[in-house]
Amino acid sequence: MTSYRVPAERDPARPAADRPLTIVVDGEPVAGTAGQTIAGVLLGAGRREWRTTAAGGAPRGVFCGIGVCFDCLVEVNGLRDVRACLRRAQEGDVVTRQGGTP
Amino acid sequence: MREVTRGGTTRDVVVVGAGPAGLAAALAAASAGARVTLLDAADGLGGQYWRHLPPERPAGREGLLHHKWAVFGELADTLRAHPAVTVLPTAQVWSLERHDGGVRLNVLVGEPDGEGRESLVLDPDALVLATGAHDRTLPFPGWQLPGVYSAGAAQALAKGERVAVGRRVVVAGAGPFLLPVASSLLQTGATVVGVHEAGRVGSLARGWLNRPWELAGATGKAGELAGYVSDLVRHRVPWRPREAVVAAHGVGQVEAVTIARLDDNWAPVAGTERLVEADAVCVSHGFTPRLELAIAAGCDLSPGRFVRVDDRQATSVPGVWAAGEITGIGGADAALAEGTVAGTAAAGGDTGSGAARTAGRARSRARGFAARIEAAHGIRAGWTAWLRDDTVVCRCEETTYGRVREVVELTGSREARSVKLTSRAGLGPCQARMCGRTLQELLAGPGACGDAEGAGGGTTSTVDRRPLVVPVRLGDLAALPAPRRSPSPLTAAESQPGGDRT
Repeated sequence: MTSYRVPAERDPARPAADRPLTIVVDGEPVAGTAGQTIAGVLLGAGRREWRTTAAGGAPRGVFCGIGVCFDCLVEVNGLRDVRACLRRAQEGDVVTRQGGTP
Repeated sequence: MREVTRGGTTRDVVVVGAGPAGLAAALAAASAGARVTLLDAADGLGGQYWRHLPPERPAGREGLLHHKWAVFGELADTLRAHPAVTVLPTAQVWSLERHDGGVRLNVLVGEPDGEGRESLVLDPDALVLATGAHDRTLPFPGWQLPGVYSAGAAQALAKGERVAVGRRVVVAGAGPFLLPVASSLLQTGATVVGVHEAGRVGSLARGWLNRPWELAGATGKAGELAGYVSDLVRHRVPWRPREAVVAAHGVGQVEAVTIARLDDNWAPVAGTERLVEADAVCVSHGFTPRLELAIAAGCDLSPGRFVRVDDRQATSVPGVWAAGEITGIGGADAALAEGTVAGTAAAGGDTGSGAARTAGRARSRARGFAARIEAAHGIRAGWTAWLRDDTVVCRCEETTYGRVREVVELTGSREARSVKLTSRAGLGPCQARMCGRTLQELLAGPGACGDAEGAGGGTTSTVDRRPLVVPVRLGDLAALPAPRRSPSPLTAAESQPGGDRT
């Protein structure tokens, strides 16, 4: 696993205790904590790619992290083209890989 | 609910952007007697500089992760409690229209990229633009691999999520911003393999920290940088000037990078390449100001494409002020000072006295510092030597450097708009925010594509005009519910033309 979320108990910034939530990504449950973005949940769980490009079929995930590059687009609860780095995850969100750019 | 009036003595000031400049502007405008609406697309205040953990997960020691956190806390608390200030988070301005004697903002309020957001139309007496900047990353072979991030992404994830983008991380690019990025990564427990600075600064100390005659007064900045340097030293992170990541390698994600030494013009020096194992690389070569609203308003830009402002932070458009990184990359201290001046002036207050006068002096000192940073770290033309024909230039459309060159040769055109349409570079969902300036340099800079004589001077057209500030869902435009009441004068929403997502 490459990317990870800092365990709260070892974090010098002392964040409040986790309030676990689970989202479903391409049919698989992925655990995070309340307040994370969808990109944060995925990266925190060690997942770094979740989109396939239209032209090259190449994997993509977060690049800019602040909503500018549109690399991290996902379908959330049936709605396409949601920037995963901006959208806060909600319990039970169903996240689906988008093939290609819109 | 406050009474909504027009033509009274109280001025309605709208501030777009709640980073250091916008927060300072909002407070200054309210203090000068205006009614203020502060908008930000994010769901919290602070902008990218003070990006922090959300209220669902408050940090006991958030201040550890920030410079001047107490300043932010006081600004945010004061604004939230101020009777003349309305703070409007998750408010995305999606277009700006000019009309007789003013500007109109079309705003969607609600979840990012969500459906059925609330529509809001604002006709302020004065507008303060504090939209900030995002990282600029030059392309290099492999930069499209997962595991390559802009430096700002690494920092946003560290500060806003407490997520480390990797375990063995290389930081590269140009400018002092690389230092807080490395510090943020270290605070997540990641190993920072090295910080590689393309600029010609001989050493950190010689570059910025040991020039008291220039830093006098800008002590906040010097202290901030010194703190980051001590983080690097404590963790034994090597800081290497005149070096760049010239390629990222891996199957499906980053596994290693090639680092090379650069000459004075940023061209890699042959034979100096070395392979370094890493699972993430964070790269930033400077910043691109977020100019969409300023351009839509008709504001004059400088040759370097920042918003031109006068001593009172007024733009060339009456009623429109600008502050912070869209007027020049000066850092948070400059942004706070500029915001104070802009907010005071926008409210019709006196910028020659009180807090605005003090801020004006601080602004001058901070600008000297910014000029020095640009001299040491500004992008040099030799970087294109690390491109290969198969290097992706436009991340959205996956247009390669070879394709751009081919289009220039086939069409004989180095005009940016024409090359975009044929190569598709810059036509994707990011609206050329990532590749636009790169494309311009490839077409117009010295040694540009199709410029065998090295004379430069190809395209003059620019690529940063975006009438739709963000992609907007067609449904949102079609529905356009009745606008909600706001402290600023409202006009009934008219049917707006707009596109679906491209």
